[in-house]
Amino acid sequence: MKTAATFRIWRGDAGDGHLIDYQTSISEGMVVLDAVRQIQAEQANDLAIRWNCRAGKCGSCSAEINGMPKLMCMTRLSSLSLNQPVTVEPMRTFPLIRDLVTDVSWNFRVKKEIKPFRPRPADTADGVWRMQQVDIARIEEFHRCIECFLCQDVCHVLREHQLFDRYIGPRNLVYTAALEMHPLETEHRLETLKDRYGIGYCNVTNCCTRVCPAEIKITENAIIPQKERVVDEFYDPLIRLWRFFGRRFSRSR
Amino acid sequence: MVHYEIIRHDVLIIGAGGAGLRAAIEATTMGSSVGVVCKSLLGKAHTVMAEGGVAAALANVDERDNWRVHFADTMRGGQYLNNWRMAELHAREAPARVRELEPWGAVFDRTADGRMLQRNFGGHRYPRLAHVADRTGLEMLRALQDRSVQTDMQVYMEFTIVTLLKDGDRVVGALGYNREKGIFYVFEAKAVIVATGGGGQAYKITSNSWESTGDGVSLAYHAGAELIDMEFIQFHPTGMVWPPSIAGILVTEGVRGEGGVLRNKEGRRFLFDDIPPPYRNLTADNEEEGWLYTQGDRNARRPPELLTRDHIARRIVREIREGRGTPHGGVFLDISWIREKIPHADQHIERKLYSMYQQFLKLADLDITKVPMEVGPTAHYLMGGIRVDSGSQMSTAPGLFAAGECAGGLHGANRLGGNSLSDLLVFGKLAGEHAARFAIANRFGTINSDEIEKAAQQALEPFEHTRPGESPYAIQRDLQETMQELAGIVRTGEELNQALEAIEKLKLRAATVEVAGNRIYNPAWHTALDLRHLLTVSEAICQAALIRKESRGAHYRIDYAEKDPALRSVNSIIFKQADGAMSVRWQPIPEMPAELKQIIEDNQ
Repeated sequence: MKTAATFRIWRGDAGDGHLIDYQTSISEGMVVLDAVRQIQAEQANDLAIRWNCRAGKCGSCSAEINGMPKLMCMTRLSSLSLNQPVTVEPMRTFPLIRDLVTDVSWNFRVKKEIKPFRPRPADTADGVWRMQQVDIARIEEFHRCIECFLCQDVCHVLREHQLFDRYIGPRNLVYTAALEMHPLETEHRLETLKDRYGIGYCNVTNCCTRVCPAEIKITENAIIPQKERVVDEFYDPLIRLWRFFGRRFSRSR
Repeated sequence: MVHYEIIRHDVLIIGAGGAGLRAAIEATTMGSSVGVVCKSLLGKAHTVMAEGGVAAALANVDERDNWRVHFADTMRGGQYLNNWRMAELHAREAPARVRELEPWGAVFDRTADGRMLQRNFGGHRYPRLAHVADRTGLEMLRALQDRSVQTDMQVYMEFTIVTLLKDGDRVVGALGYNREKGIFYVFEAKAVIVATGGGGQAYKITSNSWESTGDGVSLAYHAGAELIDMEFIQFHPTGMVWPPSIAGILVTEGVRGEGGVLRNKEGRRFLFDDIPPPYRNLTADNEEEGWLYTQGDRNARRPPELLTRDHIARRIVREIREGRGTPHGGVFLDISWIREKIPHADQHIERKLYSMYQQFLKLADLDITKVPMEVGPTAHYLMGGIRVDSGSQMSTAPGLFAAGECAGGLHGANRLGGNSLSDLLVFGKLAGEHAARFAIANRFGTINSDEIEKAAQQALEPFEHTRPGESPYAIQRDLQETMQELAGIVRTGEELNQALEAIEKLKLRAATVEVAGNRIYNPAWHTALDLRHLLTVSEAICQAALIRKESRGAHYRIDYAEKDPALRSVNSIIFKQADGAMSVRWQPIPEMPAELKQIIEDNQ
């Protein structure tokens, strides 16, 4: 096994920056975050990074490793070729603050706009609801989201087209899916999903699903069912016809 | 003159973990303008790492449970050093605090009749931990976060507080900086709540993230508040031991709650060999009975794997020291063995312990449905902390409140698993409520601008290169090694004195720390400032540990291996003397009221 490896890390801020090579010692079982923190402690004290839990549970250490959006804490060195430098860059979709740290505040602002959960009245006087495990199984997957924003980073609507004011992105559609499919939910979001949240911009390329460290099937389980609901509500020709005549019928009566 | 911005809120909350956000929701509901400051992004606090569940006597799985049993369990687990009034409040209010998370968006696992499911945990007599697989903390924090952002509270993400500001004795604000730009901010507030969590970063092997540098405990201490029970550090029995780079990452007690067993390298369930007297009547004497308990047999007694954390951590250390450990220096924790007992065990394990399954598969190439894990103790939780009034959560410094891990009192000498998540809900709410009341009854204080200037200058010292200094990371590493070696699970007076001497030297080194670069998102600077808090907390741990010349709960002294009856009902109090030196004294625990004594008696 190799005892040292080179990490080619992006250094710089919004104005200017470049990749710098750092060589550091490595040991069995190490992940990219370990190597980057070691470089920070030993060679580049002011290297800006985010991390917290070291176990894929908090979603802080998102970066692009050899061009792939990943959590640094869950990327084993043994999964990478160490014969060439390992490139570590910040998420490209978001404005850079410094080094590997980006300004992800847009994600929080957008989430705040989403209509909050509005449960039906409690089933009993002490504020308790009855729900079956099978009924919550579907949203349990969405609740695994750790808000690492790697899906937002890889989504071409945001990354290439920068449509931040028209599309809320996969993470937030996972959030709306969790609300929409909640057995107790009474709120309606289909119109905002179509208009403000821009669900139509997603063209189901599955890129978000592939990078999700929580293994949420974002496209298949969160976005497509919501797209179908929007289509049923606003675009289904039979339903439109039905509604059209329904209205005429009721008016003529 | 140092430049700073000024921001005013009725209530300033430092920390956005479970306690901070619960406090913020309460204070906002009461009409206060609330500012929440957190070191990381919102939703990344250490609460997300809580796995097994939240303890509340909902009695959904076993109707024999009620707050009285929960109270008695908490007191027994804490070896009766707990603040009994806090333990009572906690047990009484936890069910309502847990239930109200569901209308805020949390979804707990269900019983067959559709209520919240509860699982077994160490020291809890009945299945009591409401949970979501093994990511309960994430579910709770997300619900609190989503609820918070719907209110009009302001969240200041990636801000760090460097000192509290006072008007006379009263705490009236705080000085901090934002990481993004390195700009100073003065927060003026009528009341301040500290909810900063623990200080696990004082140790080399820890389950805690970089954030857990004891900031709140240190800020409060330097502002004149007293600390309580600082000798009691919880070492969680089961942290990962391999690979070395991730040693210390938590393995939930939920593994044992679901039937997981601990074995030494000889395959022996060593915990059966030594069951502490208070638990003998409650613990199974054979493997089959223990298994039946985990499967809900109400006539069975619990397996020894569900004894309290202090005891199990010590027994694991003994196995390792006496040569019965695993190849990587731990013991075996085996859940895969339940294949012998139930059909589709692998799917069951994967579902109930999803994040453990993923964690071991991805970080250690190990499938926990097929082979045992290797585990060992890891620094996990600060039982002690800021001494608070049990009714209001106010510290001994007026205007300063505390809740969650940074506050002491509830857990006594040892915390039961699951009681931290209920702690932060119950006391987060109370702190929010009482801070809001305090803010209604009091005006903004006057902050001396010289004090601000002095504190800001001190914070900038690491940038001054008048003499060659050291890297803050090197000093932090040396501190972690010192604490791990000399103030860990097994302690002696001699080693604690050595630790205190080492801390004095580290303080001198920390004073000459040197930081390169500028103030824009500079982790070296942040580490240098956090280091000051970590040194204060480490000193407090050692001082309190030194005077408790006995072994009780999580505090184990081989030079005083037995309990000392004279120390049965006293808490250690750390305080800052007029000359600035740290001092420690004993505080007797007030007599428990007859009705609470009766509850303990009834639940022996």
